[in-house]
Amino acid sequence: MKEEREEGDEWEEDINTLPCNPYFLLVPFLLPPPKNMIHLQNIEKVYRTSTIETLALNNINLNIRKGEFVSIMGPSGCGKSTLLNVMGLLDEPSKGTVEIDGQAVTQYRDKELAKLRNQKIGFIFQSFHLINDLSVLDNVEIPLLYRSANGRPRQDYAKDALTKVGLSNRMKHFPKQLSGGQKQRVAIARAIVGNPDIILADEPTGNLDSAMGNEIMAILQQLNNDGATIVMVTHDEQMAKRTHRLVRLFDGTQVL
Amino acid sequence: MFANYIKIAWKVLLRHPFYTFITLFGISLTLTVLMVLTSFLDHIFGSHYPETNRDRSVYIMSMVQRDSAQTGQSSGPMSFKFLTEYVKSLKTPERVTICTFVNSSNAYVGSQKIKLNTKFTDADFWRIMDFEFLEGKPYNEQNIANGEYVVVINDELKKNYFESTGESVIGKTIDIENINYKVIGVVKGSPATRPFSYADVYFPYTAPKSNYQQNGLRGGFVSIVLAKQKSDIPAIQEEFQERARRIPVPGVENGWKYSTIEIKAEPYAENFIGTIMDGGPGLKTAFFGILFFVLFMLLGLPAINLVNVNVSRIMERGSEIGIRKAFGAPIRTLVWQFIIENIFITFIGGAIALLLTGVIIQFINSSGWIAYADLTINLSVFLISLLVCLIFGFLSGVLPALRMSKLTIAEALKS
Repeated sequence: MKEEREEGDEWEEDINTLPCNPYFLLVPFLLPPPKNMIHLQNIEKVYRTSTIETLALNNINLNIRKGEFVSIMGPSGCGKSTLLNVMGLLDEPSKGTVEIDGQAVTQYRDKELAKLRNQKIGFIFQSFHLINDLSVLDNVEIPLLYRSANGRPRQDYAKDALTKVGLSNRMKHFPKQLSGGQKQRVAIARAIVGNPDIILADEPTGNLDSAMGNEIMAILQQLNNDGATIVMVTHDEQMAKRTHRLVRLFDGTQVL
Repeated sequence: MFANYIKIAWKVLLRHPFYTFITLFGISLTLTVLMVLTSFLDHIFGSHYPETNRDRSVYIMSMVQRDSAQTGQSSGPMSFKFLTEYVKSLKTPERVTICTFVNSSNAYVGSQKIKLNTKFTDADFWRIMDFEFLEGKPYNEQNIANGEYVVVINDELKKNYFESTGESVIGKTIDIENINYKVIGVVKGSPATRPFSYADVYFPYTAPKSNYQQNGLRGGFVSIVLAKQKSDIPAIQEEFQERARRIPVPGVENGWKYSTIEIKAEPYAENFIGTIMDGGPGLKTAFFGILFFVLFMLLGLPAINLVNVNVSRIMERGSEIGIRKAFGAPIRTLVWQFIIENIFITFIGGAIALLLTGVIIQFINSSGWIAYADLTINLSVFLISLLVCLIFGFLSGVLPALRMSKLTIAEALKS
């Protein structure tokens, strides 16, 4: 039996490892509830123009636990990216509440949201979103610019992150000099350089061939094994099968 | 972070060379015009050769006489007698000089006529002014009391009249309006833009045609009052006004009856602008209208243009804005990033402008358009230009940055 519950342990594991003592049947009610990394409650997102209203997300309730690797699937335009944007505090929901690592962000202002994004969340985008005018190293340093890290340690962290994704020999290159797979690895390095708890990936393999896609997926799985909570939007069933859990959306509604 | 901003700003400049050219051309042209203008204003109003004491001097340039119905007025310089009685006798100043503005006369070298700008002065003129004597010395009270026909000339006249630059002309005579004067000093000339000191020939006030014995209040003389220190100026003005109140009114001048007199002792710039300010509401409106128009053309239009160029350039960078925001940049930090970038670009424009200004000023000084022009980029001109650069950079950066900051991250990333 485990003497102490460690942070990040799975709820199911705790139950499975209990001895068959009837008193221990009470333990599930005594242990703290599992920790939610992302908690969405009654989320609704409406896009309004002068003529039409589009319901992009409808009453989404979702918990993502610490250490989970969740994929989100659904047809184009069903609200997958919108959901990811809401989770990543890149977009405000029209209704409902968002909690990140136990913090309800409804009342947060720009500065507080920026700080939370900076410290808790790393993003990977389908089209990489690297700044072409900056070198690979400078791109990876971006999240650290908005912390009080000094120049030298900042560079060291960025170099470490690039080494993790196998790009230590491309630091001085510029994005235009890299292949799609390399660009996505730079984007992953940028997402993990600040050691965030959550990584949100919006179709990270969407612009890559299957070999490159597999490489990126392997890196994400390794990050998950190292403790990161990952939510990934994908169109690829094979990629989705390699995650812990699948969330399906249809017309803005969660169907699975 | 600062280095990162500058790096980005530099890369953005290189990204669109044509936009960059337009931006830098606009900034540098505007700042060049502004700096040349500032330099010219400093040349006109600042304390420069030979009027280096201008900052602690007050000028009495004009007397205004009005009739009792306030329908007619007469204004202009004053008589030597009036200034001697009411100004020369002031107790607070260190020194007072009485001299004329610039008069004209002719001299002949063979059959060639030389047009001369002349000035009648007292001996104190040479003590208040800081002329550099290339040869000889100024006339003193003794020369004046003796009624000697002596003159001080400038180096330009020496060259034109005596056709020599090397040998001394002290003791030689110069024929002006059929009177022979002995040259006792040669000074380095003063620019024509400084009418209180500028002349080709300086006569003692007792020389013929000075009309220094003219009776009445009005005449052809003005006065410069030198304070012991700058802080004495209000006391001097007070003492002078107290004196001026003793001028008997009403009186008659050249058959015209006046009932009030207005006379001021003012620092140089105020004295100059005062002429416009006292010129009635029409002149005042026109002056401020032109001033506003010139400032708007110089600063406003390029700033608006720059704001427009910057808005489109910053909006082009929507994706970068989205990324920075996504990874934790608060709006304020991004606004500062764009302001710093703009200030950096403006400073590059400023550096080009400084170089251009140096070339233009050098050209003006050596062209001979203004005799003895000594325009300089001095520290104050440079600091004002630097301030203008900062305001420019700030103005053209803050608006696009604020517009940009309103974009949501998701929208910015889509762009």
